[in-house]
Amino acid sequence: MVENNLAVHTEDVMRIYKLRGPKRKEDPREIIALDEVSLDIRRGELFGLLGPNGAGKTTLIKILATLLLPTSGTAYVNGKNVATEMREIRHEISMVSGGETSGYGLLTVEENLWMFARFYGLESKAARLRIDHLLEVVGIADRKRTKISDLSTGLRQKMNFVRGFISDPKIVFLDEPTLGLDVSAAREVRAFIMNWMGDHPESTILLTTHYMAEADELCDRLAIIDKGKLLAVDSPRNLKHRLNQDVVFQLTVEPLGPRPSREEMIESIPGVRQVTVTEVAEGTVLQLILQADEILSDVLAHLTRRGSSLIALEKREATLEDVFIDLVGRGLDVDTSHTAEDRDE
Amino acid sequence: MLLVNRILDISFIRRNHAMRSFITAAWLGWQIESNWADPFLFAVYSIARPIASVMILVVMYSVITDSATEEPIFAYIYLGNALYILVGMIITGVSWAVIDDREHYRTNKQLHTIPMSHFMYLMGRGVARLIIGTISVLITIGFGMLFFKIPITFQLVDWPLLLVSTGLGILALAGLGMIMGSLTMMLARHFWSIGEAVAGALYLFTGAIFPLDVLPSWIRWVGYGIPVTYWLEVARRALLGPDAIGFPTLARFSNLEIIWILGGFSVVLLVLSYFFYRWSLHTAKEKGLIDLESSY
Repeated sequence: MVENNLAVHTEDVMRIYKLRGPKRKEDPREIIALDEVSLDIRRGELFGLLGPNGAGKTTLIKILATLLLPTSGTAYVNGKNVATEMREIRHEISMVSGGETSGYGLLTVEENLWMFARFYGLESKAARLRIDHLLEVVGIADRKRTKISDLSTGLRQKMNFVRGFISDPKIVFLDEPTLGLDVSAAREVRAFIMNWMGDHPESTILLTTHYMAEADELCDRLAIIDKGKLLAVDSPRNLKHRLNQDVVFQLTVEPLGPRPSREEMIESIPGVRQVTVTEVAEGTVLQLILQADEILSDVLAHLTRRGSSLIALEKREATLEDVFIDLVGRGLDVDTSHTAEDRDE
Repeated sequence: MLLVNRILDISFIRRNHAMRSFITAAWLGWQIESNWADPFLFAVYSIARPIASVMILVVMYSVITDSATEEPIFAYIYLGNALYILVGMIITGVSWAVIDDREHYRTNKQLHTIPMSHFMYLMGRGVARLIIGTISVLITIGFGMLFFKIPITFQLVDWPLLLVSTGLGILALAGLGMIMGSLTMMLARHFWSIGEAVAGALYLFTGAIFPLDVLPSWIRWVGYGIPVTYWLEVARRALLGPDAIGFPTLARFSNLEIIWILGGFSVVLLVLSYFFYRWSLHTAKEKGLIDLESSY
């Protein structure tokens, strides 16, 4: 029995994809996209799924939006089973994906939205009023009669937002809603989400993102997901609080000798909790989570011994990305799809 | 859009998933199918193309029979071909809509998360092709009457028989089209052509270009198992009257008997297509193929 106040409830949800190679005789490779995911999202929450590309965020949203069946486990949306009560669920949800170039390009913005309003069963007058209002809110009312094919990515995304909210859904799934948008369009989208939640306190939004700042800014609670597994679920504040006893440094070095090694630093310098090493144009950037300030001198000595010279050093507050690094040992910008999830590797 | 708005505002239709999905999809299908940048191209597609294809057969027939177009068999062949335009249009219509939404417009993610009947949506998407196909059939028949003296006399046409048989034929074809469309949902490749392949394969066995009885008896049974055979036969009888009787295809059956058989086929195919569609949709969701883009 699913609790009444839960918008989403999943129990040990697994999703395995079978990928065939070019040769039909070969056994298909199994890729675990979701690995026993159990999650509760309360009604009225703006809940985030934070993880790198290929972590399983979209797969989970697809299952909850009734686009995909779980391989095993059960998932409920507003108390309804995603495998057996699809139509009932669809009355209460909507889904908007970022970076989409989809849409019937030959229709105008108004025609496209009218069509979806009609599929939802809205009366023509109510549909028109709602379309006009939402177009006004997202600032594209003047594009009502523009063909979708003539819209820029940002404007198309805003139109998709209107489509997603036209039915006054109880639960909205936003899959990377700001993907591909410029800074100001992304800001407007985030503002729209916040305002909508303010106006609809009973509604729930599940948002996936790999932008930590976005998750930090928008979400009441969030889950960190990697390689199909949920690693932590809490509020952004509490998640960052996990690193409260630690200190976070960012070092930029020029490695004259061998490139700094993450494993070597963790093993040879006591008090180094996590390190990520990223190559940039200026040199090599090290993100360090240390147990205390004093350990930095050991790190610098180690780097000097290895022939690296320091270019820049910054001590900063822990971010969600640091939490992620702390949990998995690498940054959010690493695409993990089709790599370590492969069961047969 | 105004007319569609009025229809959709009727309370019964608005509250009925299936009806509103069908009507809205039919509107969308028409927007897509008729949205040619150039009306000339649209005319070429819906007028010149069917006439050109039927002319190929006319020329072949003329060469073989030394232009005996006044023979009743010519009208039989000509009408069979004209009516067959609908077969291809309807059978490929649904598969085309599946591929169009999934690969071209990439709207499947949106369409499969809204509370509509996707089965009726796909049927509705096929309506535009049915309309364009019907226009092509009428133009082709009119062309034949004008230039090849196809002996159709409006006063002698059995209109009720023509309408009932065509209605049932369209339902049977819609069922076949839906089965092809459902198959397309489960296939990762650009497989809309499966409908065309099936329509092409049926061409030889349905009595479209020659009476079924000229085929070896064991192949004839393929034709007896296809509803198109019965529709073409009874539609020709309705249009040509006594002239159609001279050919042995299904000669032992009365018009009413053929209508019953055609009706049976329509019901069976529609029911079968519904269950096959549900199974295909489930399989596509299991395999994660609903919003797959094969980038063809």
